[in-house]
This record gives sequence, structure tokens and C-alpha cells, in this order.
Amino acid sequence: MSEATLPTAVATPPVEAKEETPFRRFARSFFEDRLAAFGLGLFVVIVLLALAAPLIAPQNPYDLASVDVMDSRLPPGDVAGEGFTMWLGSDGVGRDLLSGILYGLRISLMVGAFSGILAASVGMAIGLIAAYAGGRTENIIMRIVDLQLSLPSVLVALILVAALGKGVDKIIIALVMVQWAYYARTVRGSALVERRKEYVEAAQSLGLSHARTVFRHILPNCLAPVIVIVTVQTAHAISLEATLSFLGVGLPQTEPSLGVLIANGFQYMLSGKYWISVFPGIALLLTIVSINLVGDRLRDVLNPRLEK
Amino acid sequence: MLAFVLRRLAQALFVIAAMLVIVFFGVNVVGDPIYMLISPEMDQQQIAETARALGLDRPIWEQFLIFLKNAVQGDLGRSFVHGESAIKLILHRMPATLELAFVALFMAILIGLPLGLYAGLKPESRISRLIMAISILGFSLPTFWVGLMLILTFAVSLGWLPATGRGPTVSILGIDTSLLSLKGWQHVALPALNLALLKISLVIRLARAGAREAALMDYVKFARAKGLSQSRIIGVHILKNIMIPIVTVLGLEFGSLVAFSVVTETIFAWPGMGRLLLEAITRLDRPVIVAYVMVVVVLFVTINLLVDLIYSALDPRVRLTEATS
Repeated sequence: MSEATLPTAVATPPVEAKEETPFRRFARSFFEDRLAAFGLGLFVVIVLLALAAPLIAPQNPYDLASVDVMDSRLPPGDVAGEGFTMWLGSDGVGRDLLSGILYGLRISLMVGAFSGILAASVGMAIGLIAAYAGGRTENIIMRIVDLQLSLPSVLVALILVAALGKGVDKIIIALVMVQWAYYARTVRGSALVERRKEYVEAAQSLGLSHARTVFRHILPNCLAPVIVIVTVQTAHAISLEATLSFLGVGLPQTEPSLGVLIANGFQYMLSGKYWISVFPGIALLLTIVSINLVGDRLRDVLNPRLEK
Repeated sequence: MLAFVLRRLAQALFVIAAMLVIVFFGVNVVGDPIYMLISPEMDQQQIAETARALGLDRPIWEQFLIFLKNAVQGDLGRSFVHGESAIKLILHRMPATLELAFVALFMAILIGLPLGLYAGLKPESRISRLIMAISILGFSLPTFWVGLMLILTFAVSLGWLPATGRGPTVSILGIDTSLLSLKGWQHVALPALNLALLKISLVIRLARAGAREAALMDYVKFARAKGLSQSRIIGVHILKNIMIPIVTVLGLEFGSLVAFSVVTETIFAWPGMGRLLLEAITRLDRPVIVAYVMVVVVLFVTINLLVDLIYSALDPRVRLTEATS
């Protein structure tokens, strides 16, 4: 989802130069780093695979009619009763692991994307309000932010799911509540700098409303650091969801994300049936690392202090 | 100085009180634990009796007042499942968790510091790049996944180390520890390494940044001009100067080690308080959840308070800017 927000956010200043638009300059310096380009490519492939899961997966793991218990715990490469090869083996109840991973990616990515977007929106709004309002409002908001950032995210998330219960919607709420504070702190920081600039004064003397000044004028100028945090925090959200699901307090068995798949395989691991846990884990790993590679590069490219 | 200490103490107490309220109401709005505790054969009357015995039939604010009255006396309620005092249950499991966290902390320093120093002193070498790549992985890999891989590699495939449990413990001064026998160390090695991984990455980064900065300082040039050996310059002069920030950060991170141990303890079946929390969450054992959170919050607040106070004692600027703002 980071690419979706990227072009609009970076290309906002409408410069009419044909050769060197800000977006092109940005894209060129992004792709200078081969590792980051690889990360972006990998991420795009993962997203496409997840989106196309119903079309390309050999089996629909939700369709109980196509799952045969006789096929359970087959090692990678074995042929299922229905005749197709299970390249990554099968899990404890006979579902093809490759199909399970493709469908699991959909859930993991969806949870990550939703919580990333929601946390960014909520956090940015609160951060902007804090910076623009100042005084007591700012003090109270920033105290809450500090308090929350001082507690480890796993613990906060665990307590939240203890209070909220299982389910996709509840996990997303928990992840948003864990992550909004990062955005609020960052946006407040850049908004404090921006609000002293002349264009804000100009907007105010034109008689624009507070909301318009904040969201149409200040906000677009604070987006660069937010884009970096969105990538890093989305990766973190996916990892956190997997952790909670692995611990058995995240998503239920009816929503088998990668974390649930890994948890299901854990009981078989000590008897040497490694694949049930390992392959979903590798999928999870590749997802997280690819997003982090992109985020790392974005941080370098978007940071004006590092520009030559 | 006294005003600063008092204000900080008041702030700390306020945070603890606020967390107490938030957690109590947060945990109590969901689900009805009574349905987790009764057996299916019970009739309506028996259910009502059980609820009365546990105090669950009263309105929530009344439950809170009772809870508060007991909390002031150090009693955070009785576990619904075990029937014992919740705080006792947690304190009983605490030594195992602390043992794990301390071993992890030392591992972070023993492994992270040399690697970070090397990467900082020879930033261009191939090994340094490898070290930095590992530290990036350490930050981005989920802890539970690394734990699984450690079990798969060292316990299942190689069979070198046990995958679960704590091993034999020996009691000294009333505290059980498994660090006095070889078998105990074998049991603690994998979980501690798992827990330490994130902190190893952190120490590598801090040590590398510190070493790169320190290598350019005048005192290093002077030591070199004096003809001191390279190992003495690194081992004494550079190391001493970069240890201060590392120790500070690790001190602050100790609380997060305890919190992260929930994951590690579950994977390695380590009988600490993190596993207790997870069992409590799945069984809706509210008193234990509340008691765990309060223990961890108190731990956190105490660590932060101590670091603040030590800092203000060492550096008066901290409390002066605080007073003016």
C-alpha cells in the first residue's frame, strides 16, 4: 500500500519541468539502491500473489469438500489424493500448504494495510491537533503519547486483545491503538516547524478555517516522514499480528493468517515435520523484510538532511 | 533537587494509578468470566452462587472499589482459576522470568559489544557489512519465528540443547535458580538467546556508532601517539567511553525484556510469569491479568524513575530545564 500513497504524496508540488519532475528524481534516487529495488519488486510480487490467490492456488483451503484428511502431514513434493503436487507439503488436517500460505498472505497483508492506514490517519489527526492547538491540549496529548511509547508494544497489544477478544476487526483496533502514537509524535514534530512558516500565516490572514489550514496546508508538508513510518509500522503490524496469532490470542482458526498457520505447525515441529511451520514463516519473513528494505531506502531518500 | 524528586515520584504514582483504572475497567468490560469457570452440568442457581462467591454479581463500580481497597493493602484479588492470591502467583513465577531476562541482557552485551566495536572500527570491511546486515535482520525478524528456528536447528536437527522447560533448579537464599548446574545452563541457553536477539542488534548499533565517533577523538589520537597498543586503546579507552550510553539504554530496555518474555516463555515452555499471563488471557482470569500488568508497570516506572534520578544527579541541566518548562 505504500506505493499507492507514494506518487501522490511526493508529486504534489506541480513543477512543469518535463525532464526532471520531482517524482522522477525521487524514483531515480530510490532505484539507485539495488537492494531497495529488489525489496520493492519482492513486495509487489507478494501482493500480486496474495491478490491472485483464488486463481493460482491449487486448492481452496476454506472449501472443506476439497480437503482430504488422508493427505495430512505430507512432506513437500508429495502428490495429494486429488492428483496435484503439494510443493510445500500439507498441514495437520490435509490442506495444501502452498494454498494455505497464499490465502494466509491475504489476511496478513489486509490486517497490516488496514491497521497501517487507520493508525496513520488517527495518529496524524491527533498530532496535528496537538501542534496546532498548543497549550494544555498539546501537553495532555503528548503525555499520553510518551506514556504509550514507553511501554513495549507486545505487552500493550496483549492487554488490548485480552480486553477486546479475537477477530480481524479487534486485532486491527488493537494494532491501531498500539501504533497511532508513533505517527502523532512525528507529525507533531514536523507540524510545529511548519506552522511558523509564512504560508500558514498567509492562509490564516486569508480567513481560512482552522480545519482547512491544518488539513489542506500544513498536513501535505508533513507527509514525507509519515511515509517512512507507514512502511516500517506496517511491517511491524504484520509481525505483531503474527505474534499474537501464534500465541493463540490473535486471529481465530477461521481466519488463518500466516501466524495461525505457523502456530498450527508448531506442535508437529518437535517430531521433525518442519515444513508446516517453516514455509509460512518464510513467507512472513519475506513480506516483512521486503517492506523494511523499502522503508529503509525511503528514509534515506526522503530525508532532506542527507541530500547532497 | 528534593522538589524534582518529589515531582517525579508524584508523576510515577499518577501513572501507576492511571494504569490501574484503565486496566481494571478495560479487562472487565469484555466477556463474562463466569462462563469460563462453571462446568456444563451446573444449573442456574449454582452459577449464581459461584458468581456471588467471586464477587461477580455486584455492579462494576462496586467491584472496583473493593478491588481498590484491597489493592492498597497489596492484595490484587484471587485468581479465578487457581484460587490463590494473584499477586502471589506472579511473584512465585517472577524469579524464572528475571533469570531469563538477566541472562539475555548479559548475552546482548557479550555478543553485541565485540561485533559492534569491530563494525565501528573497520566500517568498510566485509565482515562489518555482514554484522550490520545481521543486526538489521535482528530488528525485523519476529521473535517467535527466531525461537522456532532455534528449536528446529539446535534441538530437533542437531539435538544439542533441550527445547523446553527450565531444568533442575537449586535454591539459594530462598530463590530458585537454574544457573548453578550445566544442565540448567543448557536449558536457559536457547530461550535467553531468543530473547536477547533484539537487544544484540541494538547493542551492535550503539557500539558501532559509539566506536566510530570515539575513534576520531583527541584522547584516542593521544593514546596512539603515546605508543599504546591497539588492544589497550580499544579495550580501555574507547570501551570505557562507549559503555555509558549502552548501559543506560540496556537498563531502560530491561523492562521490555521482561515484557517480551511472554513470547519466548510460551515457545520454550519456560515456567515464568509471561506464560502465566498468556494462560490468564486465554481463560479470562481477570485478577491475574490485572496483577501482571501492575507488576510490570511498577517495574517500568521504577526503572524510569531511577534512570531519571541518576541522570539529574549527574547532569544538573536535566532538572533545571524541567523546572523552567
